[in-house]
Amino acid sequence: MFESLSDRLEGAFKTLRGDGKLTEINIAQSIKEIRRALVSADVNYKIAKEFTDKIKDKALGTENVLKAVKPGELMVKIVMDELVSLMGGQAAGINIKGEPAVVLIAGLQGSGKTTFSGKLALHLRTKRNKKPLLVACDVYRPAAIDQITVLGEQVGVPVYKEVENKNPVEIALKSIKYAQDNNHDVVIVDTAGRLAIDEAMMEEISNVKNAILPNETLFVVDSMTGQDAVNTAKAFNEVINYDGVVLTKLDGDTRGGAALSVKYTVGKPIKFVSTGEQMDTLDVFHPDRMAQRILGMGDIVSFVERAQEQFDEEEAKRLEKKIRKNKFDFNDFLSQLAQIRKMGDLKSLMNMIPGMSKMTKNLDIDNSAFNKVEAIILSMTPQERSNPEVLNISRKKRIAKGCGQTMDDINRFIKQFDQMRKMMHKLSKSPGMAGMMGAGGGRNRGRRR
Amino acid sequence: MSFFSKFFNNEKKEDLDKGLEKTKTSFLGKISKAIAGKSTVDVDVLDELENILVSSDVGIDTTVKIIERIEARVARDKYFASELQNILRDEIVQLLAENNTVDLEDYSLPTEEFPAIILVVGVNGVGKTTTIGKIAHQYKKQGKKVVLGAGDTFRAAAVDQLKIWSERVGCDFYSKGMNTDPAAVAYETVEYAITNKCDVAIIDTAGRLHTKINLMKELSKIKRSISKKMETAPHEVLLVLDATTGQNAIEQAKHFTAATEVSALALTKLDGTAKGGVAIGISDQFKIPIKYIGVGEGMEQLQIFNKRAFVDSIFTGTPQE
Ligand SMILES: Nc1nc2c(ncn2[C@@H]2O[C@H](COP(=O)(O)OP(=O)(O)OP(=O)(O)O)[C@@H](O)[C@H]2O)c(=O)[nH]1
Ligand SMILES: Nc1nc2c(ncn2[C@@H]2O[C@H](COP(=O)(O)OP(=O)(O)OP(=O)(O)O)[C@@H](O)[C@H]2O)c(=O)[nH]1
Ligand SMILES: [Mg+2]
Ligand SMILES: [Mg+2]
Repeated sequence: MFESLSDRLEGAFKTLRGDGKLTEINIAQSIKEIRRALVSADVNYKIAKEFTDKIKDKALGTENVLKAVKPGELMVKIVMDELVSLMGGQAAGINIKGEPAVVLIAGLQGSGKTTFSGKLALHLRTKRNKKPLLVACDVYRPAAIDQITVLGEQVGVPVYKEVENKNPVEIALKSIKYAQDNNHDVVIVDTAGRLAIDEAMMEEISNVKNAILPNETLFVVDSMTGQDAVNTAKAFNEVINYDGVVLTKLDGDTRGGAALSVKYTVGKPIKFVSTGEQMDTLDVFHPDRMAQRILGMGDIVSFVERAQEQFDEEEAKRLEKKIRKNKFDFNDFLSQLAQIRKMGDLKSLMNMIPGMSKMTKNLDIDNSAFNKVEAIILSMTPQERSNPEVLNISRKKRIAKGCGQTMDDINRFIKQFDQMRKMMHKLSKSPGMAGMMGAGGGRNRGRRR
Repeated sequence: MSFFSKFFNNEKKEDLDKGLEKTKTSFLGKISKAIAGKSTVDVDVLDELENILVSSDVGIDTTVKIIERIEARVARDKYFASELQNILRDEIVQLLAENNTVDLEDYSLPTEEFPAIILVVGVNGVGKTTTIGKIAHQYKKQGKKVVLGAGDTFRAAAVDQLKIWSERVGCDFYSKGMNTDPAAVAYETVEYAITNKCDVAIIDTAGRLHTKINLMKELSKIKRSISKKMETAPHEVLLVLDATTGQNAIEQAKHFTAATEVSALALTKLDGTAKGGVAIGISDQFKIPIKYIGVGEGMEQLQIFNKRAFVDSIFTGTPQE
């Protein structure tokens, strides 16, 4: 159901191209497309409107889309730039100076607070050389204390808890004393999930905050949140005036418009993103990736990361070497196909590649396209598979017969294979590609999910 | 990547353009034309309706669908603007009625057969385990013998959490502990329910994002292993959706349905300010009834879904309780 913004805009601009006139009316139409794209990505509808009004001014003002050779592209660029600048700004770290520094975690039920607390503890312990203490201040949820205890064990960080105590303010205060006595330099206070309209619970978190005066208060929000993100973000901000936002569950396929809604509404930086259930899946926020994601323009980085999850490192290294030497062959191609299949639904994968959604939108991408290609390769001899260069006309004829496809099919495929191989070779020489190919993708090692 | 783009490029370009054509004509424009001169309803009113729907997470597609239905109705008869909200409510209730022939009267079991087996699925943190506790409580109140199966063997303290719920409810509990095979837990829970003459077994599963192929396969396997023990089971596959979730819930419904043939929906956290409007489109698109709503963290805070009340809450802005 999600078509990417660039598709929509290209459509909107195509008609005008025909008669060569680009008018303000057309702009208005494309603005509407942008608004809808944003709302479909869960950006709050009011914010989407304000945002697109601004885009319209820009498009008709300095950047003047009307005169552009490729108005659709320029429009997308304006939108992208604006989104990135709105969600970005100064990259802000968290404040962990203090003796101990205190970090307070708050948010709605099930948003991922406890999981994030564990991840943050691990991050501080291993990457920042700290000696953190986790604090179990959720006195309501069944087995909340057990949960954080298990996570504490997993990340090698002790957990302060008082099983009989139902008073989070007291527990939090005492934990700080405990931290001081035991040389912990950061205290991470996990709290119960609460609704912004639950007055008693909001008063409770406010009391906790006033008692422990945290150096850093973080609001945890589920990236799948819809229109309500604005209300919640605002209400929590009014009560606890948090310093930053944590966006969770970004490992799924949500478009994540909530990121824009929250940032736009409260102006607080998004300090971390959470991308899995495992303790090592914590990341900093990348406004540009987020903008692409919201606009449905593909998220090439996530695509690669997803690929990394499936590719084993040895295999990736081996492949990279082959690509560098321009020795990528049909066998490698076959194993790549198998890998891609493992990654899952082809269409949704393809949509992560920028520009791809246009091609895949109305196509029934099932595996039959793959099957065709596979059949061709399987009709080759082992020698042909490992030496694509040897394929001559008579060999191709034999292959065509073998797999029941036409010479055209065979030629087209081999040509495409050649181009792909060349491109990969070229890419492999550009910096940054090494990481993309999965070598050194150590952070995905041993992950179950 | 250029390889793929080329390979998939040549066909069906026309379809693509046609699709775009359709989205380009604004539905609001169409409606205002349709009702021009026929009543006093004007664009502003319709705009307002669209805002209400969209701000409740109904989503553009379903909003268009609903407004088209209104368009048809207004074209038939004349209405005043003041009546339009009511018409809109009617239409949404109608839309929901098409999948929920009747709102349930009480907490009846999904089958006459014993034991009834219910499998509960959904993405992370939506409220599966809590909803299980609440449903068990309702069955228990009717004097039924209930067992909860601890099929989430992955998330930290998941088994403990469900166990506490079983103690609260005062029902049976079956577990093989953490890090065990969830399909085996499911199988043995059914076995337990049969041996111990339970009326119903409710099986919890680990939260999983629908994009994780392996985990979705695991879920299909859990379901199959239930059927292996009892051919007609599970009698209900309950997909739990969080009302605060936006349009991604559609993708969730799609993938969970594909993996487990979801037969009912539960919509949680409606005690907050989120409206859960996305469930309207889901229920319609996948023809799955919304069965329960969650309105709090407590054991009693479950309700049987009521179309009218749900739709009213979208318009009045007050959370359900
Ligand atoms: N896939 C994925 N799952 C996550 C992520 N963060 C948390 N989860 C899962 O989401 C569910 C809820 O996470 P919790 O950490 O218990 O959430 P919480 O906010 O502490 O919940 P309450 O304390 O009940 O309010 C669990 O199943 C977590 O494993 C994430 O980034 N990605
Ligand atoms: N306000 C409110 N909170 C709810 C409701 N249902 C569940 N919760 C809370 O949401 C949080 C997550 O609930 P769980 O039942 O653990 O969710 P789950 O889907 O089992 O989570 P995982 O197993 O980690 O995927 C808990 O804090 C619950 O108390 C509801 O209807 N209203
Ligand atoms: Mg928690
Ligand atoms: Mg659970």
